[in-house]
Amino acid sequence: MSAPSTATATRPTAPSTRPIVEVRGVSKVYGKVRALHAIDLEFEPGRLTSLLGPSGCGKTTLLKIIAGLIPPSEGEVRIQGRPVTGPGPERAFVFQDFALLPWATVLKNVAFGLELRGVPRAEREERARHWIAEVGLAGFEQSYPHQLSGGMRQRVGLARALAVDAQVLLMDEPFSAVDEQTRRKFQEDLLGLVAREKKTFLFVTHSIEEAVYLSDRIVLLSPRPGRVAGIVEPKIRRDGDPERIRRDPVYLDTVETIWRGLKGYVE
Amino acid sequence: MRSAALDEPAAVPVEAEDGRTALGGAALRLLSVAIVLGLWEVAGRGGVNPALPAFSETALAALAMLADGSLPAAFLVTLEPLVLGLAISTLLGVGLGIAMGLWRPAEWLGVPVLVILQAAPLAALVPLLTFAYGIGLTSKTLVVCIMALPVIVLNAYRAIRHTPQSLVEMGRVFLASPRIIVLRIVLPAASPVIFAGLRLGVAAGFIGAILAELLITPTGIGDLVTYHQSVADYPRMYAAIAAIVLASALTIGLLERVEIRLFRPERAGR
Repeated sequence: MSAPSTATATRPTAPSTRPIVEVRGVSKVYGKVRALHAIDLEFEPGRLTSLLGPSGCGKTTLLKIIAGLIPPSEGEVRIQGRPVTGPGPERAFVFQDFALLPWATVLKNVAFGLELRGVPRAEREERARHWIAEVGLAGFEQSYPHQLSGGMRQRVGLARALAVDAQVLLMDEPFSAVDEQTRRKFQEDLLGLVAREKKTFLFVTHSIEEAVYLSDRIVLLSPRPGRVAGIVEPKIRRDGDPERIRRDPVYLDTVETIWRGLKGYVE
Repeated sequence: MRSAALDEPAAVPVEAEDGRTALGGAALRLLSVAIVLGLWEVAGRGGVNPALPAFSETALAALAMLADGSLPAAFLVTLEPLVLGLAISTLLGVGLGIAMGLWRPAEWLGVPVLVILQAAPLAALVPLLTFAYGIGLTSKTLVVCIMALPVIVLNAYRAIRHTPQSLVEMGRVFLASPRIIVLRIVLPAASPVIFAGLRLGVAAGFIGAILAELLITPTGIGDLVTYHQSVADYPRMYAAIAAIVLASALTIGLLERVEIRLFRPERAGR
């Protein structure tokens, strides 16, 4: 599958340096089920790549292998050239179900990663406050998760991941548990964040629209066993009004192309 | 007119609402107690059964027993095996439950024994205990433990087992050591169910203490109940029963406060 090749600029940040994340021949077998088969991928710094595919394609498994949460059955993952043996400080994770500590305030949740790294209290709270404001939750520092809406909870999860200043942000269907309006606002905010932060984002989603809207690059995975079915690089201008993207003909064409490619895998 | 309120941060109205429901909840609880006591009064005065004194008679008897010192004295005697048994059950039970939740071999060893212990009819074990340990403090403490321990262990074990997987993964991703994951994630996450087990265990322990006093040798509250029943002084008998029920309820309420204080600040005022 090839990308729609309309000649428009991508995001200004996309220096073609050496990859920050390398996936080399990764397979994962659960008993007799082959969840992932011989995955080879590279991720360049400063870009947002989506892993897109129907359920059962192993996209979350791949993300968790990159995170170091699950060991691969074969192959290896390298971050900045070093093989992954477990979670590391250069990676942070945003969970589908938010994974907030219900007994801790927003401030403590956001500061949790820093606390585990031994950052002194005053400093970690200052950094946490900064990121809470950055994701639009200023004023909610002392609230508990149960007092927030789903979208606000995921903003806490995002702030926690940003606060540890990891170069690679792994996001596992972060917007799938929030309502459609909140999700759109969230997607717009994420575009701004990617442009500002110059971090590497790996984004798992099952939504074609979401993937095309957000991504510099989309890795299509096919199910049973999960393997790379194709790579699409939507050439969409993202420097203007974020609302305009959804009406951009390139956006609409790319969504259509991907849907035609994935249709065959949906039973 | 009120559209401005929509832009207010959600946390503020939530707190106000919590305050109001807490007040309403307290009023309802008082009302429920008042209804039960009122029915008791009516049933006692109506002569449903000559052995059922009215609430007012029982309350007067309780005051008299407080004044003559017989009730406090009996409490001190009953509390000895009770406090000892509950302390052992809590420490051993929570410890064992946590070990079983975290470590497979402990689970395999522990679960069958505890399920059997929980199913065992205690009254049948009492003669055995008496035969082995006599009629003193040891036997009575053991009865309290047998009643309280299984439910405490099994709740703690299940609580640990049901830690949300994503919270543990979150801890690992943000570089928590296994020890920190247990202390900062698994234990607080499990604390509501562990404390639910403790509350059930305390209630069962109270039952055990009274059973021991009724089945082994009449001492303390059990002695007051047996003695006043034998002389048909029903107000005093009921006063002794009501006193131990009250003590049990107060202990359980206290435990709930301790839990919220220590582990779950977000539930304060809810």
